[in-house]
Amino acid sequence: MATTAFSSAEQYNFDIVKKFAVMALVWAVFGMFVGVYIASELAWPVLNFDSPYFSFGRFRPVHTTSVIFGFGGSALFATSYYVVQRTCQTRLTSDGMASFTFWGWQTIIVLANVSYLLGYSQGREYAEMEWPIDLLIEVVWVTYLILFLSTIMRRKQPHIYVANWFYLAFILATALLHTFNNLAMPVDLFSMKSYSLFAGTQDAMTQWWYGHNAVGFFLTAAFLGMMYYFVPKQAGRPIYSYRLSIIHFWALGFMYMWVGAHHLHWTALPDWTSTLAATFSILLLMPSWGGMINGIMTLSGAWDKLRTDPVMRFMIVALSFYGMSTFEGPMMSLKEVNALSHYTDWTVGHVHSGALGWVAMISFGSLYHMIPKLWDTKLYSVKLVEAHFWLATVGVLLYIVAMWISGITQGLMWRAFDDFGNLQYSFVESVAAMIPFYAMRAIGGAFFWAGVVIMAYNIFMTIRQAKREQSELEAKLAAKMAAAGA
Amino acid sequence: MQINFKHEWIETNIGLMTVLTMLAISIGGLVEIAPLFFIDKTIEKAEGINVRPYTPLEQRGRDIYIREGCYTCHSQMIRPFRDEKLRYGHYSLAAESQYDHPFQWGSKRTGPDLARVGGKYSNEWHVQHLIAPRSMVPESVMPNYPWLMTKLDTSDVAGRMKALRAVGVPYSLTEAERANNAKQFGESVAAQLHIPDANRNLVAQANLGNYDGDKSGVSEMDALVAYLQVLGTMVDFTKVNEDELVRSR
Repeated sequence: MATTAFSSAEQYNFDIVKKFAVMALVWAVFGMFVGVYIASELAWPVLNFDSPYFSFGRFRPVHTTSVIFGFGGSALFATSYYVVQRTCQTRLTSDGMASFTFWGWQTIIVLANVSYLLGYSQGREYAEMEWPIDLLIEVVWVTYLILFLSTIMRRKQPHIYVANWFYLAFILATALLHTFNNLAMPVDLFSMKSYSLFAGTQDAMTQWWYGHNAVGFFLTAAFLGMMYYFVPKQAGRPIYSYRLSIIHFWALGFMYMWVGAHHLHWTALPDWTSTLAATFSILLLMPSWGGMINGIMTLSGAWDKLRTDPVMRFMIVALSFYGMSTFEGPMMSLKEVNALSHYTDWTVGHVHSGALGWVAMISFGSLYHMIPKLWDTKLYSVKLVEAHFWLATVGVLLYIVAMWISGITQGLMWRAFDDFGNLQYSFVESVAAMIPFYAMRAIGGAFFWAGVVIMAYNIFMTIRQAKREQSELEAKLAAKMAAAGA
Repeated sequence: MQINFKHEWIETNIGLMTVLTMLAISIGGLVEIAPLFFIDKTIEKAEGINVRPYTPLEQRGRDIYIREGCYTCHSQMIRPFRDEKLRYGHYSLAAESQYDHPFQWGSKRTGPDLARVGGKYSNEWHVQHLIAPRSMVPESVMPNYPWLMTKLDTSDVAGRMKALRAVGVPYSLTEAERANNAKQFGESVAAQLHIPDANRNLVAQANLGNYDGDKSGVSEMDALVAYLQVLGTMVDFTKVNEDELVRSR
């Protein structure tokens, strides 16, 4: 048959997937290192070095941007381009556009990081990039959308696979959120500085509508897309429930957009808004767990894989953390709980149980599955995957336990009264009480980072091994041809 | 006529799927954000609440606050709890950040809330604390900010105020606008909000306030301390009727 003569490398654009996959690892190593560094600054402030370029306030967005948009974003570009091509059995419609999204996206992350260190920031969490970078994001993102949609339109079978729904929702939602949250007036055309179009309460609502849905769509829906392709593939079984995936998709997409205001409980935001957000946050537990169950149950009948396959273990532990943090989230959105947890490290711990436990782990699993396929080889070392798994798991646990203790301690110390009705602790006493936990968190983060370094080495060796195999094969072929010719 | 809905229709039509997804993800934001611009009660209006925009020097201080990422560790939003009232003061009103582009309510208190830090400490305390926090508060984990003692860039103060004016802050360009501000905020405040006089006002406030203790020029420290000292001081709570406030929440 003529079609089988095509190698998958010609049928699909795997070059772009490879590039993004490698950059995902580069940003993971860099961004998580910065994370460990700023965590250490909180325990040992001398690390700020009296320098604007190392000070926590400018460095923190370097961490968040590098891990969310650098690592997470590159992993999503890589897997979405891989999944959409495989499930639609067609090549990306334009190599040029794909390449543009790659160089555009990497440029954005570098520019953003440099600009923060130089003191350019919009002062909006997870959207610190100033307006020229925002415009570049807009252009790259629309290109991504067009490329993704047009590739789906060229699909070989009528059905659009469920993973693509989630990727689509993520691309659309990110476009919507990014556009409205970054509306701003530049000081002039040659100035990096701009002022947000909205002020005060409205600005806060817009920012947290963005902020929480960066979590909901960038860090959840899209990674669920990853799950819907790579978990069944790695398990060698079909997805547990097709119906559940339909309900879970629409419910998740609809409900997430309502919950942002739970970041603004007890603030000057009107109560009706934050109550509405709390209500939807609790409802959101159902689609979240629907997705988790759908993923985990896909393994039913193949549970033994958990013992033998560390890649599978990454995916299942990721889903368990997903389940845990999507339970914790609704709980923290209850106003009574939030009164204690808000402004404390508990929030930071919650974010990281999602970001490290869910987002990073499912990405590691997917990359370990995908990279050998891309380079047409086997993983260099499964033992190293095993080591990575344990470092990552222990790292996350240390991290979130430290933050639970410090967060709840902080919250309780702030609201403690003595027998005379006075505040029992000064603020700085709560700061001093945090130091050991800040150190413990930094150690947890270092564990997690060490795992990533091992992964980077493993992948580097895998690619090198693939190249060697390829050249050996070519040499053999050449020898055969020569022999046949003679 | 009975329509037998099948999800398959959506799954096989990327156009339909895109439209329906857009619909599903747009509703939440529309319902929660849009009304905030139209419901009058969102920003409290009552006797004693007459929040003014920042002076040029304070606004430049605010720019530095944002540049250094102070919001990553400090909130500016006091919640209506007994402990927060004792620690920080009256809970924050929406009116108090109505000219804040962007808002800086924050999400984390690695350090204390700053919504009402204005007037709590002397200028000298702030300067020393910003240069070397642990010299004032030994347990502090705040970075040192020695570079704030450098000269403030005042080249585009008017430009910055014009941009803020474009997004709705009542800085005045014309005489009519200035007169309008005089009616709302009084003559002396209106003079501070007049863009053509921005640089003169900035230097005058820095010299008069002498925030950084060095009269020779205007430093970033002057601007930042001027900003910190005005935080939370614009509402006169002795004149505010608490019942009225509760009604607008």
